[in-house]
Amino acid sequence: MLNEGLAQRYGEEEGRQEFRSSGVQEYRIQNLANAECPANGERLTFSRWGATLLTEGSRSPESSGSNQNLVDARILQEFRAITGDRGLITSQEELQTYECDGLTNFRVLPQAVLLPRSTEQVQAIVRVCHRERVPFVARGSGTGLSGGALPVKDGVVISLARMNRILEVDLANAQVVVEPGVFNLEVTERVASHGFFYAPDPSSQSVCSIGGNVAENSGGAHCLKYGFTTTHVLGLEVVLPDGSLVQLGGRTLDPPGYDLTGVFVGSEGTLGIATKIILRIVKRPECVQTLLAAFASTSEAGAAVSGIIAAGMLPAAIEMMDNLAIQAAEAAVHANYPACGGLLLVELDGPRAEVEALMQQVDEICRRCGAEEVRLAQTEAERAVVWKGRKAAFAAVGRISPNFIVQDGVIPRTALPRIMTEIEQLSTQAGIRVANVFHAGDGNLHPLVLYDRRIEGQEHSAEVLANRILELCIEAGGSITGEHGVGEEKKMMMSKMYAEPDLETMQRVRCAFDPEQLSNPTKVFPRTRLCGEKPGEYRPHPVEAAGIAERF
Amino acid sequence: MTAIGAPWDDLRAIAGAEHLRAAGADDSVAGVQPQMILEPSSEKELAAALRCANDAGLSVLPRGGGTKAAWGNPPVRADLILSTARLNRVIEHAWADLTVSVEAGCTIEKLQNVLAENGQHIALDPLWPERATVGGVLSTNDSGTLRIRYGALRDLIIGVTIALPDGTLASSGGKVVKNVAGYDLPKLAIGALGTLGVITRANFRLHPLPRSVRSLTFAARGLDDANRMVLAVQDSRLAHTGLQARFTAGGTPAVDVRFEGTDAGLAAQEEALRKLAASAIETVTGETVWQARQELWYSADSAAIVKFSVLPASVAKTCDRIGHLADSLGVRWSAVVQGTGLGWLRVEASSAPAIHQVLHTLRPELEQLGGSLVVLQRPAAMPAIDAWGRSGGAFPVMLSVKRQFDPRGVLNPGRFIGGI
Repeated sequence: MLNEGLAQRYGEEEGRQEFRSSGVQEYRIQNLANAECPANGERLTFSRWGATLLTEGSRSPESSGSNQNLVDARILQEFRAITGDRGLITSQEELQTYECDGLTNFRVLPQAVLLPRSTEQVQAIVRVCHRERVPFVARGSGTGLSGGALPVKDGVVISLARMNRILEVDLANAQVVVEPGVFNLEVTERVASHGFFYAPDPSSQSVCSIGGNVAENSGGAHCLKYGFTTTHVLGLEVVLPDGSLVQLGGRTLDPPGYDLTGVFVGSEGTLGIATKIILRIVKRPECVQTLLAAFASTSEAGAAVSGIIAAGMLPAAIEMMDNLAIQAAEAAVHANYPACGGLLLVELDGPRAEVEALMQQVDEICRRCGAEEVRLAQTEAERAVVWKGRKAAFAAVGRISPNFIVQDGVIPRTALPRIMTEIEQLSTQAGIRVANVFHAGDGNLHPLVLYDRRIEGQEHSAEVLANRILELCIEAGGSITGEHGVGEEKKMMMSKMYAEPDLETMQRVRCAFDPEQLSNPTKVFPRTRLCGEKPGEYRPHPVEAAGIAERF
Repeated sequence: MTAIGAPWDDLRAIAGAEHLRAAGADDSVAGVQPQMILEPSSEKELAAALRCANDAGLSVLPRGGGTKAAWGNPPVRADLILSTARLNRVIEHAWADLTVSVEAGCTIEKLQNVLAENGQHIALDPLWPERATVGGVLSTNDSGTLRIRYGALRDLIIGVTIALPDGTLASSGGKVVKNVAGYDLPKLAIGALGTLGVITRANFRLHPLPRSVRSLTFAARGLDDANRMVLAVQDSRLAHTGLQARFTAGGTPAVDVRFEGTDAGLAAQEEALRKLAASAIETVTGETVWQARQELWYSADSAAIVKFSVLPASVAKTCDRIGHLADSLGVRWSAVVQGTGLGWLRVEASSAPAIHQVLHTLRPELEQLGGSLVVLQRPAAMPAIDAWGRSGGAFPVMLSVKRQFDPRGVLNPGRFIGGI
């Protein structure tokens, strides 16, 4: 049982104890180094932000031990019958391809990987999983940056990569119906000749899948004006965690009932698997212009952003890069960016006369705010070069640092100068470089924390710094993630961003869709709520109320 | 009537005796008379009152401005109206961040006036803004003509706080436009008709007020011509912020288009639109055409008003069908249909059963084509008709969500889809 003994074992400062009505007890350990091997009847789960020890009685699907052989030969045989030999991966070697997604510092080998080709096959697989209580994780292209597609140890991965057909293009109603494995950019490519495009444009758009975009509610540089994935998903066909098939939303607007489509998008694979997605496509604007302005510092560039917003404009995108990010982009793709302290990229689109009139004003605002150089890209080719550097920025950082963490936080845009100063101070104190790339229009920061794993302790310092930046975002009234998702990486931060009743309320939705918690379990939330527990008003634990402990 | 004893005394203790009063005839909800009205002064009071009612098994009908109280099905029980009338503050207008945080009982008009002081607005034009509240507009998912450019409430809301029947006050989303941390509960609250919780506050993203606005109206030669024109505008590279077709029985359809922007931009777009409209006759109107939806309710006691949703390319076919049905049954009709495929239809006749017949026949036909028909207002004499129509394959999940949020079924019982 958990008691003072444990607190002694792990140190008073490090651990926090939680008691639950169901008798489940959790013990949270902040410093991973302090987490020893669990004793009998205890399970230890890790995440980047800490470890959790659970007593017997709590079901933690990523735990090891008695469930080791959850996926036995009989079940594998059943899976093989569904997908065929070529749709089932069980060899250690091949499984390694799936042990992580774009966030590579978490790795878990699944029991098996399944590659269904149809909705029916997904359904059949999930039915087996449900019957046998095998947890499953859906996976698109595996480009996610928060570990959302990280396998669970006793579970299987269901890859949607082979469900990659564009099923229908309805130009008159500006809709496209796709399978989840279709790449984001493929949608635009299919409709481009008719003057349409699919608006959400994450930097990984040439390889990331629509299914993954739906799970993460992906954004991109242009969501300032066009909205996120959720804005563009009209309806979904979903295999629920019990294997049943439902249609959420549809091809027409405002279908009666709860907006379950809206809840499903961005639920990070925890509510089921989307097998068909109805997307809205958008007419390409008559004119697109991109302005590049070089400033001495990011705060001057920030002032220009404020000026543009205050002038009542809604650009299609406003991006900012600091000196280090510019250097990286230059080293990687030679975007020919001016060397400066803060680079601003402003894109306007719409009817030509409107764009030209407003771009004139953007130019003036930038110069007034101290821009040293202003360039206007008007042709498609010029624009492509400008964007190339920006879109390659994450990967480009690899040119100037052996290892780095891509962070994703959001702040109210006006807090930008203050947060930038604080990040700079933290960076100096820690002796760790931070390159900054922002979606400046909506306050979405992507600090790239650079470190060298080979230097003792630097990885840890980098993680602490990345963590601290998120706390700054929360303190400023922002969010721990603007587009990468919570996944495995940030689940412990959820308790810092939301109060316990908020998280409990979200868990009710989880329980409505997935009472057995089989669909991508252990992600998003700091801990699993057993759905049998009667939801009730949250009351602080006496220890917490007395101010001794705080919630994570 | 003075309600005494528990739980009424408890409710008085929570909100103050002067804020619990007997409901009058004006307070009836879809023809059902509630007992009492409580007006809490804070979200904490509201949550406590909701919990008290829940514990006592009282059914609770949340109410904002009461402008759409008759929408949805009549409640199967009606004990307490929980009014947000005193929760009416604009909490914070962070104009430089283009966001606002507002209490649920604030009227849209009051909110827009505050936002306008800094040249901004919520890009939303719902019905009866002078009385409709933020909470009510969200709960009924009422969007107007601006939707075609700026999206619906689901695209404008960035955070919400709701009180649940067990007294939990839960917030989700936040004050920043871009945020994917946790489930998107604001979307769940929108259009739920207060059956999952009572919205106490909401945060929205804002847009700058347009520099200039210009609207043009064209007379179409018929249904098909109107539909064609709407689709052509949609298929063009114009950046219209309003696009609707107005239909009346036997009349000429009209197509309205609105542009916003700089004077230079407006002039160029007007010119492009006139080229596009080629042979259509332009008529002189003003900004009032965008009130057409609200005008359907003008002296509508003997009319039924429904919201329908079809594919944009099916609008002519739908209206043609409505026309045939209505003519054959001696029913007058008029409709306002947005370029998004969302339409509002008014049907009127001396015979209420004939109105019923039109709706009863039309609904499954629209549903068959993937559309929907929701009855918003019905004449008292009309035979009963469900407000929502087919509940669809996802209904078990909806029911499951409802049970998680409101296990005792105290919130607006029976008013939502499938008897929720």
